[in-house]
Amino acid sequence: MATMPASASDLLKSFKLKTKQQELLIRVSILCLVYILAFITRLFSVLRYESMIHEFDPYFNYRTTLYLTENGFYDFWNWFDYESWYPLGRIVGGTLYPGLMVTAVLIYRILRFLRFAVHIREVCVLTAPFFASNTTLVAYFFGKEIWDSGAGLVAAILIAVCPGYISRSVAGSYDNEGVAIFALLFTFYVFVKAVNTGSLAWSLASAFGYFYMVSAWGGYVFIINLIPLYVLVLLITGRYSMRLYVAYNCMYILGMLLAMQIRFVGFQHVQSGEHMAAMGVFFLMQVFYFLDWVKHMLSDTKLFQAFLRITVTSAVAVGGIALGLGMVSGYISPWTGRFYSLLDPTYAKDHIPIIASVSEHQPTAWSSFMFDFHILLFLFPAGLYFCFKRLSDATIFIVMYGLTSMYFAGVMVRLILVATPAVCLISAIAVSTTVKNLTVLLRSKNKVVQTGSTKGSGGSKSSSKALLDQSQPFQKNGAIALLFGAFYLLSRYATHCTWVTSEAYSSPSIVLAARGAHGNRVIFDDYREAYFWLRQNTPQDAKVMSWWDYGYQITAMGNRTVIVDNNTWNNTHIATVGRAMSSYEDEAIEIIRSLDVDYVLVVFGGVTGYSSDDINKFLWMVRIGGGVFPVIKEPDYLVNGEYRVDKGAAPKMLNCLMYKLCYYRFGEMMTEYGKPPGYDRARGVEIGNKDVKLEHLEEAFTTSNWIVRIYRVKPANNRWWLNRYKFG
Amino acid sequence: MEAWIRARVTLALTLFALLFFVSRSSPPRQFVISNAERRIDLSSHIINVHLTLKVENTGTRPASEVVLTLTPTEVDHLAMVDALAIKGKRKKTTSVRLEVKPTELPDAPPIDAKYFTIYLADPLNSGESTTLEVLYVFMHFLEPFPAEIAQSESQLVFYHDTALILSPYHIKQQTTFIKTPSTKVESFIRVEPTNRVGTEIKYGPYEDCPPYSISPIHVHFENNSPFAVVEELVQEIEISHWGNIQVTEHYTLVHAGARHKGVFSRVDYQSRQFSNGASSFRYLLARLPARVHSVYYRDEIGNISSSHLRTNSLKSELEIEPRYPLFGGWKATFVIGYGLPLQDFLFESSDDKRYLNFTFGCPLIGMVVDKLTIKVVLPEGSTDPSPVVPFPVEHRLEAKYSSLDVIGRTVVVLEKKNFVPMHNSHFQVYYTFNPIFMLAEPLMLASAFFMFFVACVAYIHIDLSIRK
Repeated sequence: MATMPASASDLLKSFKLKTKQQELLIRVSILCLVYILAFITRLFSVLRYESMIHEFDPYFNYRTTLYLTENGFYDFWNWFDYESWYPLGRIVGGTLYPGLMVTAVLIYRILRFLRFAVHIREVCVLTAPFFASNTTLVAYFFGKEIWDSGAGLVAAILIAVCPGYISRSVAGSYDNEGVAIFALLFTFYVFVKAVNTGSLAWSLASAFGYFYMVSAWGGYVFIINLIPLYVLVLLITGRYSMRLYVAYNCMYILGMLLAMQIRFVGFQHVQSGEHMAAMGVFFLMQVFYFLDWVKHMLSDTKLFQAFLRITVTSAVAVGGIALGLGMVSGYISPWTGRFYSLLDPTYAKDHIPIIASVSEHQPTAWSSFMFDFHILLFLFPAGLYFCFKRLSDATIFIVMYGLTSMYFAGVMVRLILVATPAVCLISAIAVSTTVKNLTVLLRSKNKVVQTGSTKGSGGSKSSSKALLDQSQPFQKNGAIALLFGAFYLLSRYATHCTWVTSEAYSSPSIVLAARGAHGNRVIFDDYREAYFWLRQNTPQDAKVMSWWDYGYQITAMGNRTVIVDNNTWNNTHIATVGRAMSSYEDEAIEIIRSLDVDYVLVVFGGVTGYSSDDINKFLWMVRIGGGVFPVIKEPDYLVNGEYRVDKGAAPKMLNCLMYKLCYYRFGEMMTEYGKPPGYDRARGVEIGNKDVKLEHLEEAFTTSNWIVRIYRVKPANNRWWLNRYKFG
Repeated sequence: MEAWIRARVTLALTLFALLFFVSRSSPPRQFVISNAERRIDLSSHIINVHLTLKVENTGTRPASEVVLTLTPTEVDHLAMVDALAIKGKRKKTTSVRLEVKPTELPDAPPIDAKYFTIYLADPLNSGESTTLEVLYVFMHFLEPFPAEIAQSESQLVFYHDTALILSPYHIKQQTTFIKTPSTKVESFIRVEPTNRVGTEIKYGPYEDCPPYSISPIHVHFENNSPFAVVEELVQEIEISHWGNIQVTEHYTLVHAGARHKGVFSRVDYQSRQFSNGASSFRYLLARLPARVHSVYYRDEIGNISSSHLRTNSLKSELEIEPRYPLFGGWKATFVIGYGLPLQDFLFESSDDKRYLNFTFGCPLIGMVVDKLTIKVVLPEGSTDPSPVVPFPVEHRLEAKYSSLDVIGRTVVVLEKKNFVPMHNSHFQVYYTFNPIFMLAEPLMLASAFFMFFVACVAYIHIDLSIRK
């Protein structure tokens, strides 16, 4: 009987964890929680709306994924899409980054293999949150690599809820960025690990990470330029090592060879100006290695200096000549407009209106930095300070990553996304270090107190306070206050992130929600109404002309052929559509007939007050159209440089096709109580041309809130029988 | 237009042939119909024809088989035929349902007609008479003319028939009443005596009509009732013995009336609801079983947010609105799904079998279904399925793999063409199921997790490094 309690306590003791095990347990459980948190915080969109694909580009990705599941990889790779860019078509397999689709289909196949009856749409909707969760894990390991596991944990938590990242990875946002940020961070992490260890295995992993990134997103150019830059900085600061040599060479050569397997990228790694930096640094590494070897062989310093001078000069000269020859012969293509517009924010506005017309390509406003980063914006410089205080190969990397991506984030709104992981990591270093210092301060005081007092009274705080070290007054109080302050800030951050996620970043933008007069939620589902109408009630081979924004959605949801879509690969084709929209009806009908268009679709927000409609986008159509066809002149549509649609509008504006299609029979419509008929709620004016007559087009369908209007192109007068043949 | 002409020509030819043969051959019959009254209801696109026949046996032997005759076009559109025998007089009448079967007449005149035989419960003795009530339900029988209408026009349809009832028997006296949905009748053929009062046209009474006599008529009238037709409905009923029945219904809905032509103007549709798009429809009502839960309404591109569910303890009503109003020829596809408590529909029969008792039909009210497929997905591991349906249907077996299925679930597929709401009735699917199968999936999951943890433990305790 007496032995029993003893053995029981032994058993208990054996179960009692050591401090290290406790720490591991806490760390793993925090990571698990963060993993789950990162996933569920992105489900706001599903709860608020439904499990659906969002926005514009994701619809293309969804459509291709569907094609991939149905027809298999080889058909997908060779897919020529007749349903877009009519009559040109699009070689889909060679003009997309297949990483996202392949990933989704792989997940789908695995789930199917495990006998989970999921639909591919659900997989697509949840791909981004799933990869966001994985990113938190990578952030943890990355943080651990560059600082310590505490910083890693904080980084994981910060990145899990950071709005800058959530904006592109909510459930339903099935876009390349969703998996690409994971791939980006993974590549960086593994590369830093390779540099730190000099291990061939890690650099091989980084090559594969890079390959995945190339397959997923065009932003891989950032990696292939940042890593050489980083290597260059290490070389200049005299941190050249064998580790770096192994890591970079293996990553570059293998990564390049792998990346060439992606058809869309092809031989760009050896032919395009954007990738030349990496190649230059690669050759520079060889020169460095060679010099190192020569230095090792030569004992004479003087001789070596002379040799060094000659070698470096000739190497630079050979490199320069090769580059010059390549450029002149056209073998190396010059930088693209997109790349220029990154380095020079004003470039796109002057030269490529089609890039400048996209709202997410605009320079970032301060408010959106605040919105997306919140306290990280202040923690970022603090983190940089800590990084500089403890410089190592890894911290240099994160500093460079942070600074360059911050610059790009300032150039384009959408690149905030790329900066987010760096900002989170650097801020995590700041938070972790500060909290660590403060707690160390607190604990060390306790130790002093404990050694000074008896063991029994040591625990009570009132007694320990009296015995505080007099040389540093209020140090403990200050530390406690600072700790509270830090936790307060972090809790504000969490609240802000949740609020932003639920309010701003969870809207699918296909379905619009507004508050009704009685505070109830009103849903405008006009887009899908129109697309579904197209899908069900038009001939299978009908061609639909609309502005390119809606191209992907029409093909994916309406299942009809479009003239232009969001791929924007052919500027002339888009300009033709822009020209048709901005011409008079009888001029436009020529273009419409030459493009064999059956239906014209416009988006109109005048009834509901939806402001991102075609009338507000119209000036871009004029600009893009005018860029190719000088007949279209922007001043014709403006009055004293002002864009208006009311009575004072320019006559060309009042009679162009877009105006007519948007406002056809709108003059009879009462939109708001107390306002005259034909009152445009999106622009707050009474329209100028209420008597819109259409000659060659007729209204085919208008959605219940007028957001989408579809017009049928009447056959020419001498071809009336076509009407019966086509629509009968 | 063309179809209409063709139909007319066919009809005319048929009638000529009929008349020709009628004059030549009139086989002796046992029965004489002493009085026939026909009421044709044309108020919707489902046509109900009530036929009251007073049948008298004038032959020498007792007979129990009464023959009905229909033209081939009528048979093509016939959704159901039902016969009742009326017994008793005045207020104390009782009706007995009789068996009706399509038959071939051995001594039929060589005319283009199809026959159905009513089998009387008791043979009718010589000289006796009885009253029969026959119900025909036709679908897709009204022909829109003009075949294409603009938004502001209302829909006009043709109804073709004969003023005299086509019958192999001599009819002593007969009357036909045709009820139109409104008083707007463009034209109708008169066969005197013909009388039109309000929404009713009366043909007859006609006396002493010989067998196979006919007299073609048509009525051209306004019918703006929604010609909503479900071209195909696939209803999947998945039984889970954990307490739920999941029903998923895939609809292909079409407006089968006159095709919409030209412009669809939203301004007119919104501001002048009654004169515009009179034949179009926007709302549909589905009657679902009581205690329904987790109802959804969606299509291929996502959720449709315009629906309302009203539930009470007896029934649930789901009011749905397709994404857009349906005009003639417009289509819409959608899916309705809902869950039901298992105990309301699954029972145990005496011989240790279980059976599902469910409504065979389309929950949308007043809907014609061209092809109705019901798939009953039985739980994994169930055997010997046997369906019991009150009317003839095609049935076969399939297999389906749902979540965590290894051997697949047995699916009983029942198919019925030309389904009208009058068919709504209960059907049963019997099967045997061993409850031990319910544990298969939880055990599988538990063992998978167990294996995972074991693998984790093993990984931690095994040192795989090459270096020592």
